[in-house]
Amino acid sequence: MSGDRPDGSDDGDVPQSRYDQARYVENGEYEPLLSEKDLTRVEISGDNDTDGSPLPDDLTRDSLELPELSEPELARHYTRLSQMIYGIDSGPYPLGSCTMKYNPTFTEDVAALPSAAVHPDRTEASVQGTLEVLYRLQDYLGRIGGMDAVTLQPPAGAAGEFVGIRVAAAYHEHNGEGHRDEVIVPESAHGTNFASAALGGYDVVSLPSDDDGRVDLEALEAALSEDTAALMLTNPNTLGLFEREITTIADMVHEAGGLLYYDGANLNALLGRARPGDMGFDVMHYNVHKTFATPHGGGGPGAGPVGVVSDLAPFLPAPRVRERATESPAGEPVYERFDPEHTIGKVHGFDGNWLVLLKAFAYIARLGDEGLADASASAVLNANYLAERIEYDVPYGPFHHEFVASAGEQDAADVAKRMLDYGVHPPTTKWPEIVPEALMTEPTEVESKDTLDRLAAAFNAVAGEDDDALETAPERTTARRIDQTTAARTPRLSWQALEDDA
Amino acid sequence: MHGSHATGSPYAPYTEEDRTAMLETVGAEAVDELFDIPADVRFNGRFDIDARTERETRRLVRSMLDRNDDVTELLGRGHYGYYVPSLVDHLADRSEFLTSYTQYQPEVSQGFLQALFEYQSLLVELTGLEVANCSMYDAATALGEAATLADRVRDTTGRRVLVPELLREERRSTLENYVAGTDLAVETYPVADGTVDLAGLTDLVDDGVVMIYAESPTVRGTIEEDLEAIGDLAADTEALFVLGSDPVALSLLERPVDVGADVVVGDASVLGLPTSYGMGLGLFATRADYLRQVPGRLVGASEDATDRRAFTLTLQTREQHIRRERATSNICTNQAWVALRTAMHAAVLGPSGLVDLAERDVRRARDLAARLDDLVGVIAPVHDRHHLREFVARVDQPARAVADALEKRGFAVHVVGDHEIQICIAGVSDERIDGFVAAVEEVTR
Repeated sequence: MSGDRPDGSDDGDVPQSRYDQARYVENGEYEPLLSEKDLTRVEISGDNDTDGSPLPDDLTRDSLELPELSEPELARHYTRLSQMIYGIDSGPYPLGSCTMKYNPTFTEDVAALPSAAVHPDRTEASVQGTLEVLYRLQDYLGRIGGMDAVTLQPPAGAAGEFVGIRVAAAYHEHNGEGHRDEVIVPESAHGTNFASAALGGYDVVSLPSDDDGRVDLEALEAALSEDTAALMLTNPNTLGLFEREITTIADMVHEAGGLLYYDGANLNALLGRARPGDMGFDVMHYNVHKTFATPHGGGGPGAGPVGVVSDLAPFLPAPRVRERATESPAGEPVYERFDPEHTIGKVHGFDGNWLVLLKAFAYIARLGDEGLADASASAVLNANYLAERIEYDVPYGPFHHEFVASAGEQDAADVAKRMLDYGVHPPTTKWPEIVPEALMTEPTEVESKDTLDRLAAAFNAVAGEDDDALETAPERTTARRIDQTTAARTPRLSWQALEDDA
Repeated sequence: MHGSHATGSPYAPYTEEDRTAMLETVGAEAVDELFDIPADVRFNGRFDIDARTERETRRLVRSMLDRNDDVTELLGRGHYGYYVPSLVDHLADRSEFLTSYTQYQPEVSQGFLQALFEYQSLLVELTGLEVANCSMYDAATALGEAATLADRVRDTTGRRVLVPELLREERRSTLENYVAGTDLAVETYPVADGTVDLAGLTDLVDDGVVMIYAESPTVRGTIEEDLEAIGDLAADTEALFVLGSDPVALSLLERPVDVGADVVVGDASVLGLPTSYGMGLGLFATRADYLRQVPGRLVGASEDATDRRAFTLTLQTREQHIRRERATSNICTNQAWVALRTAMHAAVLGPSGLVDLAERDVRRARDLAARLDDLVGVIAPVHDRHHLREFVARVDQPARAVADALEKRGFAVHVVGDHEIQICIAGVSDERIDGFVAAVEEVTR
């Protein structure tokens, strides 16, 4: 084991960070499942209005078997579980394309306001506050993206993509061009782009990158046709590179009769510096859980609002929120819901992830113009500084908020496991595939120079280690390296399945 | 450090000195040089959004939300405001839960993975089905995902998806969008007195049906009595039987597996989330037969290098980041943190608390309907059915006028017909219900 070997980097002045994660072991096993602490079976019996079930037997189940534990026992269980998780408040979390920023705690206070807890079927007149927040957030996002109209309904980025695809379909159909059945997606794009286009029924045309890591214009020309419904792009792209030919790309797509879709995953690089609407994009989604710092919550909830140019506004999901021409008797603006003229309908049962949208509104209102512009500036400076400090090769540039280093002869996934032992979260690995053994790194604006130095030291320490150290990592985490093959080959997806197995 | 804080974002922590040193390291004079953006697409304008202090921002949001009227909501129809125990807020808000990412590095994410595994297990117990994923966005999108699953696994050449005419229009519309990329066609089957018209449904079922969807409780709060017959109808034609429900209802009502359900969808956030303007948690459970066609993330048990049990995301080859356009769904970001809250809320209640909550939902709705039925000008419930937590009442006066008059008195109800209002007791205290009955008496007099 090499767990306590000295700093492997050549930065003698940078203290080596280590991080031992909480690890409970009892009777040779980690923290037990709730079901291993208790399982109680409650019988449901009798159609007896006094003490039995209020329903006839044939409408009810026979019994229910679940853990029955006291509140103190549960408090300890969940506290222990929380200690076995690395979050953004634990340390740097430079997952490329994920934009793991610090989540300001005050936004939780705002979302917890009792006045925010309203039902979606309330009358417009009685929820003017909620409608005002939604209206102003639509407006903020429109300005930030350079878009004419915004829907807040999509509950995640992929849902936003799907809205974009459905809006494109409705637009083409409306114009008598329903035959367009292809969506072009760069080879290096997020997996959701392909999947969202396919969910919308489109054939996906994959577009290779050129030698510089950007859209290959000749390949694009070849891919475009009268069947093209849209091109989906992110800019900067997954290598962190700005698509310099973006206006040419937009002209080419529009010339072919297609629409240009902007994947907002990398918008943090551009806040206040460039806007998708000004580059010729027709539709975009915003990942508010990335760019606007709402917490990822271990996988969600997020929100994926969609902005469009005015020609596409009539197709957006229903309802949107607008301000009425006349004020209230008290002189306040009045907000109302409305259905766009040719709406695609709904993509969520109600109006999306309200509590997430509320946090995003609070974040934008806190930062304002200066804060937003500084977020992108600091994010880009941090990525450039970190890349300069690490020993791994970064083959493509100039990059912005993220860069993709190559682990070279090392296995990128192993590098990631080993980095865990140095008290940092590793980057996204093995993607995009254009870089061999990719380490896709996005430090975001929230890391200080000191933290970036520690992060660089972790990269460099691992760069200097041998295969043995990498393959046996991690060793300081709650669990040691987990066997993925067995998990997939013999799926055990519930405590009931574990019992069956035993 | 804050004294020499040099940047415009309160959450970008370095000083002027740091920035100078960093620029020197990267070999640039100014940050602007690092942006490789052509001049013609550079943005030189302003958003005209003022920066605020934390305190000012809180005041701003509070003052906006103060425009929401403080009324007692007797509202349901798919979104419920049960009381959420304090433990849920405090422990789910621990920042390790709140601020972590998807568990792509399971060795540092065991706690969240275990909580999601426990959530999946809760749903397995409630539904009797072997596989539950660790979340979809909400009930409507889970229904859409069930239809695309039916499209992938169907044995027939059919293309019809049958849904009840009572389905919320929002769910129907979401479903239509999800199947837009398939050749499936959504059709309506009739409802009689608030539940499935079995004869009417039977007439519509043939080999062309790919999926039959039913809900219990229905959007009008009625408990479906013919689920087993619907399951048989589906089985006879090899259609998928998809059942919509929720964890509170499932704590008491027939187990979906026992009535032949192939997929269960619904809103699991009835536990765990307070009223949240429709934000939810898509429940999705199905038979083991369809394991490799399940949308969304799955947490499984495995072992680590010390042979101890550990948890990890598994069967990821179904997912978009690996399978791309051939993935079972486009979902990536999901509602994991809400699933955590749901699991916590269920754990606080325990099996006895869950059954008790569901039984009280039956009794309290029944009692309130009886009290309203005693009033002149009100008939409740409209449907001669068992109900869970909500019911429809007929009012002699126009329903809109009744609802508006009730709102003025501080009570919100649904208007579901010219002379029909719908009332839900979930999360409403007995005292408020007394006040509500008095208010209804006043406005319908």
